[in-house]
Amino acid sequence: MPKKENTTDNLNEAAENPRRAFFKQTSALAALAILPATMVEAAGDGIDEKIASALEKMALNVEINGIAQKLNVEPRVTLLDLLREQLHLYGTKKGCDHGQCGACTVHVNGRRVNSCLTLAVTTEGKKVTTIEGLANGEELHPMQEAFIDHDGFQCGYCTPGQIMSAVACVREGHAETPEDIREYMSGNICRCGAYSNIVAAIEQAKKGGKAI
Amino acid sequence: MNQFEYQRVLTPKSAIAAINKNSNTYFLAGGTNLIDLIKSGVTIPDRLVDINNLPLSTIEQTATGIRIGALAHNSDVSEHPLVVKNFPLLSLALKAGASPQLRNMATTGGNMMQRTRCHYFYDTAMPCNKRAPGTGCGAIGGYNRMHAIFGASEKCIAVHPSDMCIALVALDATVNVVGAKGERKIAFADFHRLPGDNPEKDNTLQKGELIMSVDIPSNNFAAHSYYLKVRDRASYAFALVSAGVALNMKGNTIQEARLAMGGVAHKPWRLTAAEAFLKGKSATEDNFKQAADLAMKNAKAYGENDFKLTLAPNTVVEALKIASK
Repeated sequence: MPKKENTTDNLNEAAENPRRAFFKQTSALAALAILPATMVEAAGDGIDEKIASALEKMALNVEINGIAQKLNVEPRVTLLDLLREQLHLYGTKKGCDHGQCGACTVHVNGRRVNSCLTLAVTTEGKKVTTIEGLANGEELHPMQEAFIDHDGFQCGYCTPGQIMSAVACVREGHAETPEDIREYMSGNICRCGAYSNIVAAIEQAKKGGKAI
Repeated sequence: MNQFEYQRVLTPKSAIAAINKNSNTYFLAGGTNLIDLIKSGVTIPDRLVDINNLPLSTIEQTATGIRIGALAHNSDVSEHPLVVKNFPLLSLALKAGASPQLRNMATTGGNMMQRTRCHYFYDTAMPCNKRAPGTGCGAIGGYNRMHAIFGASEKCIAVHPSDMCIALVALDATVNVVGAKGERKIAFADFHRLPGDNPEKDNTLQKGELIMSVDIPSNNFAAHSYYLKVRDRASYAFALVSAGVALNMKGNTIQEARLAMGGVAHKPWRLTAAEAFLKGKSATEDNFKQAADLAMKNAKAYGENDFKLTLAPNTVVEALKIASK
């Protein structure tokens, strides 16, 4: 995914929406005016410190779906917003944005997490896998196949999070029984209520003999 | 989210220096509660100090029990062989909390530091003495179905939401902290506090102190431990009431009992009178009911949570029945 320079973003935004760009600029200037001097002062007690002032973007090196990315992000940007807004990986969904629904589930260093509660800067040096990184080219991942086979969705909005969670559930060894699957998939809410089909899909993927 | 500075530290010393350097600075561990609080505008930090790179994730056997690093993740603690074998109450309590994703992020220290899920605390348009001291308590006379029945005050009837902490208080854990003045130990029962006149203070940690680890002493409870959590859904919901039970049994006689409840108070609620009653008694339903009655002494409900006056003793009895088998 190409890195988008901040300046390019601003130029595009100014061209497309001059009013919004104006507000952004004026609020930034207003914020700058009230910044205490200490906010840009570097930490004095060691070379291990990395610091980003409130208006500064911070360098972020992270591997996303096997591709090393050199990015710049504000400290307050979540991994979810980085994926969607900066990298245009729209597969990962924003449901509740408060860690209550699981639609934003991705893997960080192989572990499933809620990307809406993960600050992007905390993934420095880590490996992130999203739903876009699951298939092998045109060949779907066995869990994706199983969700299709069993109609493990209706509207599909929770599905990327369900599938990322399901893959982790099997890899963790928490898909031994339907009861286990229900408990260990409880962090992924499906408003359409496709739960029984989701459990069937996970059982099939687990028993299918293919590497999950 | 408001804009804030972000600083990454690699040693506890740097972490403490960083937190003391500026006011309105918070340690960032798993972030599962803090990031949510920042999004909600409940916490508006100037700076976050990311402590995730500190070497505090170890879970190890010690001469007197087990030491769990403050940054050990809830999922890793719950499945660690030493915890599963020797401290099953802690494993069960952890697995009853949150979701697998959140447990992969949440840490031991962060779990202790999490704030109440009271709706009035989270809604910045509402009065709340915990969030904005002096504004009143919206939950008293309001929607208080999830709220406290023990140890509340006229200022606050919120509950501490942790499951893990119920197990740790029952197992007589100790919290190791370090600050600018050096290290100190806090008995787990003294870590969280009751609201009193200062509900804005959740615990007795001093400003600028960092949780390093939690120690649990060895015990003889492993064969008879149970954590029973009653909630609105089968999984992934905060407790209406929970009960952590650990028994040391000889035949059908209880030699020692440890009991604590969650979802009922501003801190993990240890049932010491019930524990004392059960010592030396037979494991019978009648004794369990008498113990639960003792535990309910001084309980007070606030309207919508009146049902907890029945649910709480029933939960204690049921947990005792399961643990004593």
